[in-house]
Amino acid sequence: MKIVVCIKQVPDTNEVKLDPVTNTLIRDGVPSIINHDDKSGIEAALVLKERFGGTVTVVCMGPPQADLALREALAMGCDDAYLISAREFGGSDTWATAAIISAALKKIGYDLIITGRQAIDGDTAQVGPQIAETLGIPQVSYAEEIYDIEDGNKVIVKRQYEDRYHIIEVKMPCLLTALTELADPRYMHAGGIIDAYEKEIPVIGYEDLKDDLVLEHIGLKGSPTNVFKSFTKQAKGTGELHKELSPDEAVELIIKKMEDRHII
Amino acid sequence: MDFKLTKTHLLQQEMFRRFAENEVKPLAEEMDETEIFDLELLKKMHRYGLMGIPYSKKYGGVGGDYLGYALAMEEIAKVDGSTSITISVHTSLACSCLNDFGTEEQKETWLRPLIDGSKTGCYGLTEPNAGTDAAGQQTKAVLDGDHYIINGTKIFTTNSGFADTFVMFAMTDKSVGTKGISCFVVDRNTPGLTVGPNIHRMGIRAASNCEVSYENVRIPVSQRIGKEGEGFKIAMKALDGGRIGIAAQATGIAQGALNEAIKYVKERKQFGKRISSFQNTQFKIAEMQTLIDAARMMTWRAAVAKDNKENFGPMAAQAKLFASQIANDVCRDAVQLMGGYGYCREYPVERALRDAKITEIYEGTSEAMKMVIAGSMKIF
Amino acid sequence: MSRDIYVVAEQRDGEIAKVSFELIGEATKLAADLEQKVVGVLMGDQIKDKAQSLIEAGADSVVYVEDKMLAEYVTEPYAKALTAIIKECDPEILLFGATSIGRDLAPRVASRVHTGLTADCTKLDIDVWKANEEDPGQKLLFMTRPAFGGNIMATILCKHYRPQMATVRPGVMKRIPVDHSRTGEVKEIKVEFKPEDMNVVIREIVKEEHKKVDITEAKCLISGGRGIGSPEFYGTLQEVADIIGGEISSSRANVDAGWIARDRQVGQTGKTVRPELYMACGISGAIQHVAGMEGSEYIIAINKNDTAAIFDVADLGIVGDVRVIMPKLVDALKKYKVANA
Repeated sequence: MKIVVCIKQVPDTNEVKLDPVTNTLIRDGVPSIINHDDKSGIEAALVLKERFGGTVTVVCMGPPQADLALREALAMGCDDAYLISAREFGGSDTWATAAIISAALKKIGYDLIITGRQAIDGDTAQVGPQIAETLGIPQVSYAEEIYDIEDGNKVIVKRQYEDRYHIIEVKMPCLLTALTELADPRYMHAGGIIDAYEKEIPVIGYEDLKDDLVLEHIGLKGSPTNVFKSFTKQAKGTGELHKELSPDEAVELIIKKMEDRHII
Repeated sequence: MDFKLTKTHLLQQEMFRRFAENEVKPLAEEMDETEIFDLELLKKMHRYGLMGIPYSKKYGGVGGDYLGYALAMEEIAKVDGSTSITISVHTSLACSCLNDFGTEEQKETWLRPLIDGSKTGCYGLTEPNAGTDAAGQQTKAVLDGDHYIINGTKIFTTNSGFADTFVMFAMTDKSVGTKGISCFVVDRNTPGLTVGPNIHRMGIRAASNCEVSYENVRIPVSQRIGKEGEGFKIAMKALDGGRIGIAAQATGIAQGALNEAIKYVKERKQFGKRISSFQNTQFKIAEMQTLIDAARMMTWRAAVAKDNKENFGPMAAQAKLFASQIANDVCRDAVQLMGGYGYCREYPVERALRDAKITEIYEGTSEAMKMVIAGSMKIF
Repeated sequence: MSRDIYVVAEQRDGEIAKVSFELIGEATKLAADLEQKVVGVLMGDQIKDKAQSLIEAGADSVVYVEDKMLAEYVTEPYAKALTAIIKECDPEILLFGATSIGRDLAPRVASRVHTGLTADCTKLDIDVWKANEEDPGQKLLFMTRPAFGGNIMATILCKHYRPQMATVRPGVMKRIPVDHSRTGEVKEIKVEFKPEDMNVVIREIVKEEHKKVDITEAKCLISGGRGIGSPEFYGTLQEVADIIGGEISSSRANVDAGWIARDRQVGQTGKTVRPELYMACGISGAIQHVAGMEGSEYIIAINKNDTAAIFDVADLGIVGDVRVIMPKLVDALKKYKVANA
């Protein structure tokens, strides 16, 4: 069984702060991490390998520094890793990203693909399903638990909805998108880190994939969606402090504010 | 000469940091209160290779080096002194005796389980009447056919409360002084081996530390490590490496305490200003960090020298001497910077101060370090 | 020519999700700007008679696909149905609720028809976009959404592909008042389903009463500190939370005292939260607590002590007794809900 996990290296958005003077994001010194949902995907894959055998390959589309994320995945126990990176790929939206990753996956081969549900920087949750569509395989998103693999190729998985869940049986090849709850990721192994840096991580570039890609449909220019503008939310002014309100007046004011802010 | 860490070491350091923050830190306060080391934590440390870093994969170790081990010690000690010494005694003392002097068979039987994650080790040298004067061993090992019979008492044996494997030292020939000491490995369940209760101490309270008594403990000759009479040499060599671990531990304890104090002074306001805006505070912190950085550099120097198979013993002694001293000073200053709150158990700096003291004492007192250093300088 | 704003009306067991009505409400505004129509999209089994509710909520017409295969949501049958609708109707804009269904279906379909999709929009506008000075310009859907974990906002455009697709979270848009007098065309789109379209097997469907609580996901948090006086007062806070659609949380002190579970703790040693509304009730605002909630969109603080540090981070600070104010707030909110149903 060949499991391929797609991961993304993201800035730790919990650590991102706003510069109070310029009102822009301070990106310096923000640590890069493996996206949380993806890391759970890695763990789920490693557990499946321990239970059923097979291999776990990890792939990441990103700039050269995404190498660090792949080393970390290797140090957790993945067998091999690929970096998908090229100038032509930069600025891709989710449709283009999915096209590129799918082309790479076709080359690498897969039985089961696991992606994270969504990344904490883009927050779209689109790439996983779009990869599945491009490859023409079934998807099960919001995977909260993988129960079993039957007959070597049937995945039995819990698919979470807000008010219910489905227990789904889906035949490989197929794609799952992992919720953070899917698995509690292990740490890197101290020795695994040494092994990770002894491995070679091949870089898959545009030349390797061009037979499967339409150049006009990828990258910044080719993406169906573009960012028109980005801006920081309005800086918070100082709050208002009311010392002399009666309880009823206070309640009235609270309700008014809730209404103003569409809470109610 | 490059002072930067390699990518491998950097990623290891990151892993140690995350493990310390997420697994050790939440337990530290309670372990210190109850004086009980969390055995689930011990299992996790075994699982992730924290207990066999500088040992070869050939025997199930991590295949890392002493620099990596020092990085682990510092990151863990930043959040908890007790956890770091638990790793250190196992790694630098117990394992090294087997690794450096054991036969192939002994390494397979005794070293492998210690470094592949299965078992924990401890090191019994110190006795009630033999501390710095380690040569004054009173524990005896008498040859009886193809067995030794061991009688005596060891004290202050770290990890002994739960260790599986006891590396220990005993006198096989009293008439030749230090050259009559031999090294042995004993399984916990051997009849006659009794571990006493945890000894209540000022600091590193969660680390298991007990008296171990040997009453007619019978072990086969195959459990003697090295030749008869080599014991003292084996013990001292182990301690040379152990001192790198303690230097790293002291550095970590100090850095952890300083980090807490910095967090505090950035928020605490007095006289209408954050106390971090006072020059006195800034100067004090600058001094503290400089001392810690110096201790770290000396620790790394000794670790790298050991990895390069150079004569690192005196460097390790210097590193421990310096790091343990500044750790006590820095922790005391950290408490002072935090004032009344620094003295409270709610904040971790008072524990850091209590933990720091032992680094000047164990694995060779600061006085013993000076003996080693002066001895290496050939001035007398 | 692409035309009209289509809204996918999500249904489970025949019941249409609130978010769909909210989106129809929003779509009426966009349609007015575009001078086009709002079309509701229904997919399900025996779903046709739900069409009228969409029209009464603001849709000008409804298209639907009915089949047994659509009784319970599975990706492929729904993707097939929606793709058929898109091919036949050529929408200008297609909107989905950003739910566990919408976020599964929308990207699949966007990929299939090769168009752009923008997720979790918090604001939708129709405006003119010009490629350059000479360009007369075209009216496009300007889709604004949070990125970087909510630290910045981005406005996205889908210029050359159709339909322009967007998902919107529940509770973001407002539905317009129901008008029972409205009528509109209800048209069936016939889709031929094959057995292999059901490419997974649903072994079991388990409906859940109440999901686990994760305060980091809550839209609003009503948080209690020492000032609430007793563990029972969390009941009052829970009442407020239930009415406005939020959860209760706590400072460390009450958790340590055993008044509430640790998974509700906000702060440096608890969880970091950024809800749309954070109400700090009887919380002093120690730095360890503030560190866990200062990123909240809007902070209301109630405390007896006018020098409490919490007022430094509150958008609305009220000096008063939480134990008097909160029960009154419960009553006032109940009255508000009745008046505005």
